[in-house]
Amino acid sequence: MKKRFLSLMLAAVTAVSMCGCTSEPAAPVQTDDAAQQDTGSEVSEENEEIAPKKDASAVKIGAILVGDENEGYTYAHIDGIKKAAAAVGIPEENIIWKYSIPEDESCYDAAIDLVDQGCTAIFSNSYGHQSFMQQAAGEEPDVQFVAMTGDTAAMSGLANFSNAFTNVYEARYVSGIVAGMKIKELVDDGKIAAENMDSDGNVKIGYVGAYPYAEVVSGYTAFYLGAKSVYEKVSMEVIYTNSWFDIAAEGEAANSLMSDGCVIIGQHADSTGAPTAVQAALDSGKVAYSVGYNVDMLNVAPTAALTSATNNWSVYYTEAFNAVLAGEKIPTDWSKGYADGAVAITTLGPSCAEGTQEAVDSAIAAIKDGSLHVFDTSKFTVGGQPVTTAMVDMDGDFENDDEEAVSDGYFHESELRAAPSFYLRIDGITELISE
Amino acid sequence: MSTEIKTEKAPFVRVVKQEGMPFSKRVVVRICFVLIALVVCGFLINAITSYDPVSVYTIMFEGAFGNARRTWATVREMMMLALIAIGLAPAFKMKFWNIGAEGQILIGGIISAGCMIYLSACPAHVLLPLMFVLSAAGGAAWALLPAIFKARFNTNETLFTLMMNYVAIQLTSFFVAHWENPKGSNTVGIINSANQAGWFPEVFGQKYFINVALTLVFAIFMFIYLRYTKHGFEISVVGNSENTARYAGMNVSRIMIRTMLLSGAICGIAGFMAVSGASHTISTSTAGGRGFTAIIVAWLAKFDSATMLLISLLIAFLNSGATEIASKCKLNDYASDMIIGIILFFILASEFFINYRLVFRKKEKGGV
Repeated sequence: MKKRFLSLMLAAVTAVSMCGCTSEPAAPVQTDDAAQQDTGSEVSEENEEIAPKKDASAVKIGAILVGDENEGYTYAHIDGIKKAAAAVGIPEENIIWKYSIPEDESCYDAAIDLVDQGCTAIFSNSYGHQSFMQQAAGEEPDVQFVAMTGDTAAMSGLANFSNAFTNVYEARYVSGIVAGMKIKELVDDGKIAAENMDSDGNVKIGYVGAYPYAEVVSGYTAFYLGAKSVYEKVSMEVIYTNSWFDIAAEGEAANSLMSDGCVIIGQHADSTGAPTAVQAALDSGKVAYSVGYNVDMLNVAPTAALTSATNNWSVYYTEAFNAVLAGEKIPTDWSKGYADGAVAITTLGPSCAEGTQEAVDSAIAAIKDGSLHVFDTSKFTVGGQPVTTAMVDMDGDFENDDEEAVSDGYFHESELRAAPSFYLRIDGITELISE
Repeated sequence: MSTEIKTEKAPFVRVVKQEGMPFSKRVVVRICFVLIALVVCGFLINAITSYDPVSVYTIMFEGAFGNARRTWATVREMMMLALIAIGLAPAFKMKFWNIGAEGQILIGGIISAGCMIYLSACPAHVLLPLMFVLSAAGGAAWALLPAIFKARFNTNETLFTLMMNYVAIQLTSFFVAHWENPKGSNTVGIINSANQAGWFPEVFGQKYFINVALTLVFAIFMFIYLRYTKHGFEISVVGNSENTARYAGMNVSRIMIRTMLLSGAICGIAGFMAVSGASHTISTSTAGGRGFTAIIVAWLAKFDSATMLLISLLIAFLNSGATEIASKCKLNDYASDMIIGIILFFILASEFFINYRLVFRKKEKGGV
């Protein structure tokens, strides 16, 4: 036994010394294509701003990502970070990526490690990363930490901890309009069968959601209200997959919604599972169309995909990077939408109804000029009653009892804090038990 | 006649059992195989990415041991894996296939998290020992059930312990849904981040010191228990042959149940360490597949404590290095899973060549 111990130790030592002896060639590995991409933008930015700016080429940014470029939501973040870095002149090799970081202590390890590598600002992109980011932020007061989609920065009392999320509910509302236009067309063409309607004669919509909390609730409600604004008689069923990314479960959820008669399948989950299933159903003669999330779904569902609600993260990252360069705090609760170009819907698919583009454009214009509020309390009821009050959690105890979000006739989504907070279950939407 | 047939049909290569390979030769064989594994991985990396393999290994090494904090994170992972392997060792030595470490860890984790949530007002010197005892009891209970069934009704313990994992995972989901913040988000978040109640305290300024100490204590205990105690002897007899054990007058059922209680208790304590000493939260991924990886660790080490620590170190190093490869090279972290797989495969292969040798066909058959 002792011999075995020694021999293994020797084996390990040899392996280790193999790795240890040559440290030179490590550096050039990731630089080559990054270096050439960036030279242009760096120069053009230089003459715009003046004095107190930090040298952009000396700033390091850390990114903690729940997935990698194969996952739509994370891909959108990577894309946003790269664009923003190019815009403010941070060379791409100064961005240190941590891919596929689970929502546990590895997130804390990754954050601390990024600090050790000299990052001045560190971003994480999943909700579950938040408390680990906050822990790291408490220990490293000189580095800024941002937990995207999170909600505890303001009450954490930390000067170096922030949250951010786009007003993607606005884009979901607009994608709901696209769905509503399609429903209207289907009804006019007589393509809606009895099985596609509930007992009250409402056309059924389905929605594949990830988890039953405010971020998802806010999204599907906006989507539903968008559809309802075009075609009044709709009802929606929601199935949860209990995962942000599960191709099989999302496909299954879409199938079960379609077999229940749903003609439009929306989603707040990050895979192409649902659109793929909808395309297959459409090809087999069913009436079903898909509204996706994050990325254009036309390549997986060329005739079934209508559009996708999407985030343009570069708007946020540009603002955050500029704050870092100016030596200022990144906004504690950042939340912007159409008015600043932070959200959008993707190119309309060929199956979209006629006049969709016009309806979309006018809705976007109305959202931008403030004449249209997505969560207009005159447009929905809860338990048959109009909503006059809804308190939102602001002190971090996760009880919605702190501040009034309803005023001036609408729910002020993402205005009190960055993270979505609309948690009301409105009439017309049924949450089904998760699969 | 028979000799004629032998000359014609002698196989090109025969596998012959061999024993007592000299120590120095064993070392050489093992080193050779690890080197071959590294070279094969190098070719693979080069074929896929055209990166220089040496620089990839350098990056891995830096990812695992590049600075003090990285080293400590690697050590923490190593200790976690080693503790579970130490827990599994007595069960597997007894040839009781305890596939249920994953579940036993989760039960220990749930109990620890529950204590942290509900008893956060307790002083640390009461709370931590309480969590230690309760999670050990939880893990032991989770292992007791399949042990009783195996001992009484001779049920298949592999399936039983495996299925207990799924029950534990569902229980964890239930408690996560019960404790999650906010409702529906599937995230419990760090528990007691303000007062750190139920967290391992820093010792000598080191956050993970207790993790190391705890694991080493169990490593030494298990080393002595398996090699120098009556219990350890009984375990190895039952492992070699239950009938022999019975013939020798041993109460096999009792030994089985006793050993599984110990195995489950240590795995439960591993769950306590995962929650109190590392993540400070609970989720269905708290065990994170370590309960299965630890089986490989225990087997490769042939249940020897020091070897288990070494193999855990190797795997923890490969895992930590993996994140760094994904970060620095444009290699996906699956690449490192492949590297780990290849290295483990070669370590197993080296065992084959230590225990057997190949005899090639010779022109003249010697001395048959």
